[in-house]
Amino acid sequence: MAGSGAAIRLRALSKSYGPTHALAGIDLDVGHGEFFSLLGPSGSGKTTTLRLIAGFEEPTAGSVELAGQDVTGLAPYERDVHTVFQDYALFPHMTVEQNVGYALKVRKVPRAERAERVRAALASVRLEGHGRRRPAQLSGGQRQRVALARALVDRPAVLLLDEPLAALDLQLRGRMQAELKELQREVGITFVFVTHDQGEALSMSDRVAVFNAGRIEQVGTPAEVYEKPATAFVAGFVGVSNLLTGEPARRVTGAPGPYSIRPERITLSAPSAEREAAGEHRAGGTVADVVYLGHAVRVLVDLDAGGRLTVLRHAGEPATEAAPGARVLLRWPAAHAVPLPADPGEPGTDPDPGAPATVPAPARGPH
Amino acid sequence: MRPAGAGPVGRPGAGGGPGRGPVRAFVRALHRRPRLRLTLLLSAPLAWLVVAYLGALAALFLSAFWTTDPFTSDVVRTWTTANFREVLTTSVYWHVALRTLGTALAVTAVDIVVAFPIAFWTARVAAARHRNLLVVAVLTPLWASYLVKAYAWRIILSAGGPLDWALKPLGLSGPGYGLPAMITVLAYLWLPYMILPIHAGLANLPEDVLEAAADLGARSWRTFRSVVLPMVLPSVAAGSVFTFSLSLGDYIAVQIVGGKTQLIGNVVYSDITLDLPLAAALGTVPVAVVVLYLLAIRRTGALDSL
Repeated sequence: MAGSGAAIRLRALSKSYGPTHALAGIDLDVGHGEFFSLLGPSGSGKTTTLRLIAGFEEPTAGSVELAGQDVTGLAPYERDVHTVFQDYALFPHMTVEQNVGYALKVRKVPRAERAERVRAALASVRLEGHGRRRPAQLSGGQRQRVALARALVDRPAVLLLDEPLAALDLQLRGRMQAELKELQREVGITFVFVTHDQGEALSMSDRVAVFNAGRIEQVGTPAEVYEKPATAFVAGFVGVSNLLTGEPARRVTGAPGPYSIRPERITLSAPSAEREAAGEHRAGGTVADVVYLGHAVRVLVDLDAGGRLTVLRHAGEPATEAAPGARVLLRWPAAHAVPLPADPGEPGTDPDPGAPATVPAPARGPH
Repeated sequence: MRPAGAGPVGRPGAGGGPGRGPVRAFVRALHRRPRLRLTLLLSAPLAWLVVAYLGALAALFLSAFWTTDPFTSDVVRTWTTANFREVLTTSVYWHVALRTLGTALAVTAVDIVVAFPIAFWTARVAAARHRNLLVVAVLTPLWASYLVKAYAWRIILSAGGPLDWALKPLGLSGPGYGLPAMITVLAYLWLPYMILPIHAGLANLPEDVLEAAADLGARSWRTFRSVVLPMVLPSVAAGSVFTFSLSLGDYIAVQIVGGKTQLIGNVVYSDITLDLPLAAALGTVPVAVVVLYLLAIRRTGALDSL
């Protein structure tokens, strides 16, 4: 996808603020017309990467290429890139029209053409008739759209979006996600989307780069990142995951792992003397807790082999009536126990050193 | 012993002893009547504001309608509009009023031009840890006596003084005492009042708005012209309220470095013993001008940022 014609190419890009390394040398290629997400917790370097692409900061080392041209030393106004800021950064003293037309005015586009393009840009974000208002008179979602129209009005090669939906309430955010994706498909511009919300990244992106501690842990399609996490960090940050490692892993699978197993891949049944099927892992255990989630049930199981696994079952499935203390049998296809690299002692890869057999991952997962 | 169920628990030493019952009843009454509470809280400062502050202005305005005994110069309380007529029809007063207005505007203009780069430096260029120190440095001249500063300028501007000496190699000489000297000194005196609001305005400019301008293609100068300046304009207007109104009423610096120049303040000062009502009528001119100025300024939103 990121062949010779990459829209963005980052090479050994790093940024330090005094002794802190915000970005520790990353390589990344983003293809033309891609919806590409930079996903990671706060402080992982994703926003720094965005600011380096926009030109708001100078890298400590490495280079930024846009459409094959090295832009590393260039100012923001010399790059064919626009940004949608987290707090929108609209000009408060200008009307919506003036905000949207700013880039055109700077580029000395004639007045009549400017008016026409501003009108078209406002129409594309469904804000016709709001042109004469000031940003202060708009709602959060409307400001968001003005910021989008302002950044898209002169068709930049790349649009950078810095957590643009973070300030919106949940419902509006869902609607804007769909709109944003549709808009990107329409205009065909490369979108680089920074977010810490893995659900957002998975549902909107063509590809995702998962950031952790100033490095990229994995780049891939949402399915790749979710199904085949490359590291324990990715397994834990993208969705909910079980980490099976050490002695429990050896007793269940025959190898020390570590393995990542998605909770929804595990089947729950009553203990039986049935023989183990080929290509299947099974482990006996005791239900420790059952959490009702509405559309699903989360069952925490203490394995006989040691450690605890989280199982996610859809509501209404027979095995969901498990009560704490009940004996159960867990099974999953061996292919869904994804082997992870064993990085000994690397900080950040084992989010919960206190419970070595499992990862109690972030609360929300894609269901 | 604490009576059961009485009042807030755990407030030791709240009077204790005999005064307790009535005090508590009073406090409880206050608690139930927020209006009464507010009245009691504000009546003293409001009385001060009305009697001492607005009262003095009213007295000024009222006495402008009286007249004086031509022999004794005593104020005679007969109602007349002659003073205002005299002020409005005498060309000398018109000249003085216009000169005062022009001076105040010139001082404000000089202060804006000088203060903006300084404020830009203290608010956006200087390292963040130095900024507070720089603001204090801007304020320090305000700690020195007004008179000392004015007389220092008298020395600087005197014939053969430091300014003449410094300009001599260039074949020039200082302006001497007069209108330019006065504008210079007043601009110097009120400069901090202009720097501070502009500094605050610039410091409060959101970084991402400036980045957005650059991101959309604007170079530094364009960003300054189309984003920074319009957004800081209310702060400039706020500063001008100070420089303008302070200049309008000044008469001491005028006496010290103004030479023969007369502003409204001087005329009021020299008339006040001879013809108090006329002086009062003259004194209402700057008040009226400042009120008009504030009304004009209000449209920029500057009063919100004071």
